[in-house]
Formats: sequence, C-alpha cells, structure tokens
Amino acid sequence: MLLVSKCHFLGHKKLLGLILCIVLFALPFLLDQYLGRAWVRIIDFALLFSLLALGLNIVVGYAGLLDLGYIAFFAVGAYCYGLLCSPQFGLHWPFWFVLPLGALLAGLFGIVLGAPTLKLRGDYLAIVTLGFGEIIRIFLNNLNHPVNITNGAQGITLIDPLQWQSISLAQTIHWGGIEIAPVHYYYFVFLFCTMFMLVVSSRLERSRIGRAWMAIREDEVAAACMGLNTRNIKLTAFAMGASFGGLAGGLFAAFQGFISPESFTLTDSIMVLCMVVLGGMGHVSGVVLGAILLSVLPEILRYAGPLQMTLLHRVWVDPSDLRMLLFGLALIVMMLLRPKGLWPAKHGASTNAPSENTEPPAKNAQHG
Amino acid sequence: MDIFLQQMVNGLLLGSIYALVALGYTMVYGILGLINFAHGDIVMVGAMVTLSTIGVLEGHLPIGVILLVACLVAIVVCVLMGLLLERVAYRPLRHAPRLAPLITAIGVSLLIQYSAALIWGKQYIALPELFKPSQYVWAGVEINALQIFIFVLALLIMASLALFVKHTRLGRAMQATEQNADSATLMGVNTTGVIALTFAIGAAIGAVAGVMIDLYYGQAHYFMGFLLGLKAFTAAVLGGIGHIGGAMLGGLLLGVIESLSAGYIGDLTGGLFGSNYRDVFTFFVLIGVLMLRPSGLLGRATTERA
Amino acid sequence: MGNQSLLEAHHLGKHFGGLRALNQVSLNILRGEIFGLIGPNGAGKTTLFNLITGIYPPDEGTLFFNQQPLNGLKTHQITRAGIARTFQNIRLFSQMSALENVMVGCHPRTRTGVWGALFNTASARAEEAMILARAHALLKTCGLSQQAQRQAYQLSYGDQRRLEIARALATEPQLLALDEPAAGLNHTETEALKTLLLHLNAQGMTLLLIEHDVKLVMGLCDRMAVLDFGEKIAEGSPREVRQNPHVIKAYLGTDPIDEPAPVNPS
Repeated sequence: MLLVSKCHFLGHKKLLGLILCIVLFALPFLLDQYLGRAWVRIIDFALLFSLLALGLNIVVGYAGLLDLGYIAFFAVGAYCYGLLCSPQFGLHWPFWFVLPLGALLAGLFGIVLGAPTLKLRGDYLAIVTLGFGEIIRIFLNNLNHPVNITNGAQGITLIDPLQWQSISLAQTIHWGGIEIAPVHYYYFVFLFCTMFMLVVSSRLERSRIGRAWMAIREDEVAAACMGLNTRNIKLTAFAMGASFGGLAGGLFAAFQGFISPESFTLTDSIMVLCMVVLGGMGHVSGVVLGAILLSVLPEILRYAGPLQMTLLHRVWVDPSDLRMLLFGLALIVMMLLRPKGLWPAKHGASTNAPSENTEPPAKNAQHG
Repeated sequence: MDIFLQQMVNGLLLGSIYALVALGYTMVYGILGLINFAHGDIVMVGAMVTLSTIGVLEGHLPIGVILLVACLVAIVVCVLMGLLLERVAYRPLRHAPRLAPLITAIGVSLLIQYSAALIWGKQYIALPELFKPSQYVWAGVEINALQIFIFVLALLIMASLALFVKHTRLGRAMQATEQNADSATLMGVNTTGVIALTFAIGAAIGAVAGVMIDLYYGQAHYFMGFLLGLKAFTAAVLGGIGHIGGAMLGGLLLGVIESLSAGYIGDLTGGLFGSNYRDVFTFFVLIGVLMLRPSGLLGRATTERA
Repeated sequence: MGNQSLLEAHHLGKHFGGLRALNQVSLNILRGEIFGLIGPNGAGKTTLFNLITGIYPPDEGTLFFNQQPLNGLKTHQITRAGIARTFQNIRLFSQMSALENVMVGCHPRTRTGVWGALFNTASARAEEAMILARAHALLKTCGLSQQAQRQAYQLSYGDQRRLEIARALATEPQLLALDEPAAGLNHTETEALKTLLLHLNAQGMTLLLIEHDVKLVMGLCDRMAVLDFGEKIAEGSPREVRQNPHVIKAYLGTDPIDEPAPVNPS
C-alpha cells in the first residue's frame, strides 16, 4: 500500500527512471551469474560502441555529413592512451589527464581532416572520409619504421588500466560473496561515460549550435543565407563527433590493455554507421539502441551454431559463417521494416525526401 | 625508363578492370544517387562462377569455347543477382531516408560474401592453367596476349556502353531518368524498369570484370569484392560519380597511380616510406583532385541555384 | 531617414559560360522604400539576388550596403551586415518545425557556443529564452502562431512562403529581399501577403521585391526597375515604368498590366 502511494507520488516517469537505474546497476551481476562473464564483456563493448555511435550521430545525424572513416578518431584516442600509458615509451601518465587529452587530440584531428572536405557534398565526402580512415590505419600499421612509434601491426601491449594511486580497475575483489572483476568496474565507467555523453548530445541538440547543424543538413545554401558560418559550424560538428570517438578510444585501450591497427578497419567504421542509421539518425536514444542491438546481435547469433547441431544433428553451415549470414539478413529485414530506423526522432530528424513533388530523389541525394 | 613504361602498362591494364567495375557504381549512382555497396561482391561472384564453370568444362571443350561459356554463365548469374539486389534492397526503400538503402546494401553484401564462403570455401581458388599466352617484348616492356586481350575487351565494352547510352531509346530513357526521375515518368519512361535495367547492365559488366580478374590474377577469393569495390568506387568518384566517361577515366587513372606509386614511392621519399604506403598515396591524390574539383574530374559542377 | 541610399549596385555583370546573365546593371535602393524588380523569364532577376546575397561573386561591378562595399563578403557575412532573403523555390529547413526554422534565423544575432550549451550557463539559458520569445513573436507577426510546432514541409504553400519571411526577419535585416513571394498563392493569400509587406514597410523595413504578379508590384512599390536579357531597361515610379516604350516592347507590345503571370518563372 505504501509502495503504491509512493509510486504515485514519484510519478510515472520517475518510477520508470528508478527501475531503469536498478536494472542498469544489477545488469552486469545478473549477466555474470546467469550467462557468464563473457556477456559482461559484451555489454561493456556495447556501451563503448554507444559512445562511438553517439559521436558519429553528431556528424551524420545532426549535421548530415556522411562520414565513413569515423573509426579513425577512435584509433587516435586509443593510440594516444596506448602510447602515453604503456611501456612502449615507458610513459605512465595518469588517466585523468590522458583520456581528455585523447578526446581533445581526436577533436583536433576532426578539424584537420574535416577542413579539406568542406566543399564536398554527399558521397564525395563519404569517400574522402573513408580515405582518411584508411590513411590513419595504414600509418599506424607502418610507423614502426624508420622510427618505432606505433609498433606496427604487432600493436601496443601491456597498456595501463585505469588506476589512481594504489586503486586499479585491474583487480578482482570479493565483497559479500560477490566477485567484482575488472569487467564489472569498466561496465560502470562506460555506463557513466555513456550517460554523460547522452546528456552532452541532448544539450547540444537543443542548442543554438544543434539547430545550426540541422539547418545545414536540411539546406546548406538557405543556412548560409540565415547568417550561419557553414564552414565553422561543420568543423564544430566534426570536432565534437571526433572527440566522442577519442574518449571511447582511450577507454578501449585501458580496458583491453592491448591495441593494434586491426581494431580500426573500414568495417568498423561501417558498423558504427549501421548503428546510427539503424537505430534512428539524429535521435540519441535510437542511436544507443542501435549500438547495443548491433553489438549484442552477433553474440546472440553465436548460439545459431549449437542450435543447428541440435535441430539438424550435423554442421551444414560453418557457425561463424552462419552468424554473419544471419547478421546480414537481420540488417536487411530491420531496415526494410523500419526505413527511418528502429527508434527515429519524434518529428523525423531524418534526411527523408520531404518534398518529393519538387525534387526527385536522385537530385535530392546529390544535394544531401 | 623501362620500368616506368612497364609500370604504366601494368597500371593501364589494372585500371581498365577498375574502370569496368567503376561503371557499375557510377551508373547506379547516376540514376538513384546511391552507393551500391554490394557491387564489388557481385563482381566477386562473377569471378567465382567463372572458375567453377571452367573447372567443370575443363578438358571437354576447346579453351575458347570454355571461356565464352564461362563468361556467359557468369553474366547470367550476376545479372540475376543484380536484379534481385535492386528488388530487395533498393526498390522498397526508394522514398525512404537516404541512408536506409546503404544499410540494406551492406546487409546484401554480407549475405553474398558469406554465401560465397559457404559455396566456395574461404581459401583462394586458383585458375587452372588453360594455355600459355604468347609473350611480347616491345621497347623493354613485357606484355602477353592475354593482357592485350583484356585491355582491348575492356575498351570495347566501355565504348559500346557509351554508344548504347547515347544512341538507343533505352539509353536515352536512362539519361532522362538520371536527369530527373519524376519528369521522366511523366514523359512516359518506365523508370522502375530503367532502374532495374541499370542494375542489370552494371552487373553484366561486373561479371565480365570478374572473368578478367580471374585471367589477370589467376585466382579469386570470397572477400575480394570488398577491396575491389572500394577501389572501383574511388575510381568512380575520382572521375566524377554519375558520369560514365568519368568512371572510365577514373579507373584507368587509379590503376596507373597505384602502379606508379608502388614502384616509385620508396625512391621518391628516400626510402622513408615503402610501397605499403601505396593506398595512402592513392587517397592523397583523390583528396587533392576533389579539393580542386569538388565534383571529380569530369563531373558537372553542381552550381548551387538559389 | 529621407532619401539615404541603402543598397547601391554599380555596373554589375555576371556571365555563366557564354551566357551573359547580367550586364552593367546599376541600382540604387533607398532606405525605407519598397523597390520592385520585374522582367520576363530569364531576365536575370534571381541572378541579381544571388549576387546581392553573395551566393556567387559578381564578375564585374561593385555593391555597396550602407556605403560599405560588399565585395568579397561571404553569404553569412552579408546576412550579418543586414540583408536577408527568401527563395523563389521555397527553401525551408523542411524537417524542422516552423518555430525552429525561425529560431535558426536568430543565429547571427546571438552567440551561445558549444561551451555555453554544454554547461547550460545562465547566459545561454537567457539567450535561449530570448530566441524562443522572438521566434514566437515573429510567427505571430506573420500569422503562423498556430503552426509553430508543425514541421515546415507539412505547412500549406502560403504558410511556407510566410514562414520564409518570418525566418528572414529573424536575422534582423535592414533590407528584406523577397524572390517572388506571391508565386503560387491564391487571391486571399496574396492579399494577406500584401498586408504583411505593407505592415513591415510601415515599421521601417526596406523591401526589395522580385515579382511576376505585375499588379501586385505596381500596387506595392514606390519605385521599380525592369530587367530584360540581363540589362536594366527602365527604372522609376510604377507610372513611369508602365509608360516606358522599352518596357512595352520587352513585354511583346502588350500592356504589361494585362500580361498573365507566366506559369513557370525563371
């Protein structure tokens, strides 16, 4: 009775928020208990990808700039942390300095790489950003010669975990019968960062800058005629989006303890883009949903292999191939069923052709 | 000088294949304004089907006939796939947000890749040695009959496509759809049919490119469509995407740039960078070109009308 | 303010390839007046607009706004200097609400940046409230209060035209340049537009108007100019222009007032 009245007092939304908080807090322990530690790790990665997707959403969703090389900024953040917090150069700088530095550096890269693309439209932009992504990866792969900076394809190992004085997130402790492992700590760190970036994204979205981004997405010429300095506003979008990626990269390096160029391929850029588009471009909640779904789905599809065994009593299809096949199929089906994304913005912050009677789709795309 | 000429010849040869694949991207882009992300994989299927057909027929028929049959089978398979791709991934989303078909195309690309992995396995598949092409040396440049054949065939295909688009009724319908799909519909052009036709032609040319890749590299792989598609798309953009002549020029140019940079990057940078920076060089050229000409080499500058 | 000139064009020229879109066009628009620009299809009216708003630079000639040269300024700088425009083929931010469209127009006169937005500072909040109030007021002026929350593409044609005006006004211009604001409007909507324009002018706004509805232009404008094949063939009061033999010839010898508005303007 008391509970009911209290619920009433709290209101519908607050109650939902409270339940969400409890679920989010208990989630890693429940997963650990019932599905195994691997699943906590999967959720950790889902949160990291949420950060990435939120960042890319600023560039693609708000400002309408198709970026196919976004993973480069993730790489910049990861290598910034990896080089400054590992035996590679014998540097072990504190994380609270290196993580923001990585975000800042990635933001700078965003401006430097964004600047030459300002005049380009649509898919020209896509291929140039793709090129930058590849250029950065190739450099990371080859900068072990003549001076060894990145250690080439072998990557950087023994990267410091997040630690402060004697407290390190690499320790496992037992507390009241519950084992709390690094994956649990990082879950909360990533959760905090994702929440933080959600707030940042929403605030930007509803600000003067956010409106300027969307105006440029809708019509660049009209935006310029409204007194918007389109060059600076686009660069702001690149820088903000990139800094999200840089932060995520630093966290990734600390979490993994190991990074190599292999983690930063074009396929990863495309995957983040899929998360943004599939979730619902321009809508933060949709984007996070997309990121979590596409991170978790391939893992769920791992069960397709054993399922095949149980149902058919033999391996018709190699389990890893089956998984990718089903993943491809899922992308198609989800997009066909929800062309605007799984959870689009309330009044479509999408680049849907609004006035089909005045502009043909093809032409519209060129302008987009 | 000999090395330079040799690299030029190699580059043009590779470039002619890039150009054929780039045509598929540029034609679809011209009409729909969309990147056909699965096109590279269709080319891969063309290469794989050719190898299988050759494997079946080898020893039973004369080599010329085998190649012709294999090529025809590849074209049929690829055209069917192209049509299916259009039907499944693009047609239902023609009025959807612009990036939606990009995702379905990525999905189709994954489907094709892993189906190919199932059918042909994940290892490289080699072309059986069918014949020994006669080798020519001219001004220090080595070239064999097969390579000449590939190059000439590629040029022939490009020329006939250009003629087709310019001078036939269907070609003009394609142009009209490209300029303005809605007006074309009003003028009685069956735009849905034209779009399907575009996918079909792109896939057919892609199939031939697949055959050429078999002959040129002597092998094929389920994942090769990805990198090939990336190169060809780059070529299409370099030339001015949506522009058929641009795809041809861009393809040839990209082949030459790659070939020359692989040969000379080490010398030019005093050994600082090796040929593993080849793609970096390629992308820098692309970015440089686009900074000077934001619509590619031959692309019309989209003058902004206010 | 008297007869002080606001916008002066000296010998403007522009060509696209071999086509001469504008040739030696000079204009002088005075502060506080309604100036009309008419001419047949392809006469170069919209090109002149694009030169004034910096969409592309003139090949020859100079523009002065408040006695300051506009040459070399980018579009957004010209807007900040005080020239706002609407578009012949409506160019609203179609996936944004009517209110947001007008709020975007407030951009050049406000200053909250990324940091203000991130930390939600007091000044950012105050400015946001100011923008919101201003946008609502402008929507009301243009008779769009009911439509504030609807997306731009959902509005009727007439409302879209008025929303473009509201959005342009949000940039706080001294000169409002309207590219065929009455195109596609029915009689009632045209009358409402006329009332709105006269109201704005009464508040001191200088208006530059391209229009095909010759009757509307003649009724509204203090002075007007006529372009034909990129050249100015007449300038003066509507009465003077109407009697100008060049103008009559340009409109194929027919009385311009009886000329029906072309269906597909340049």
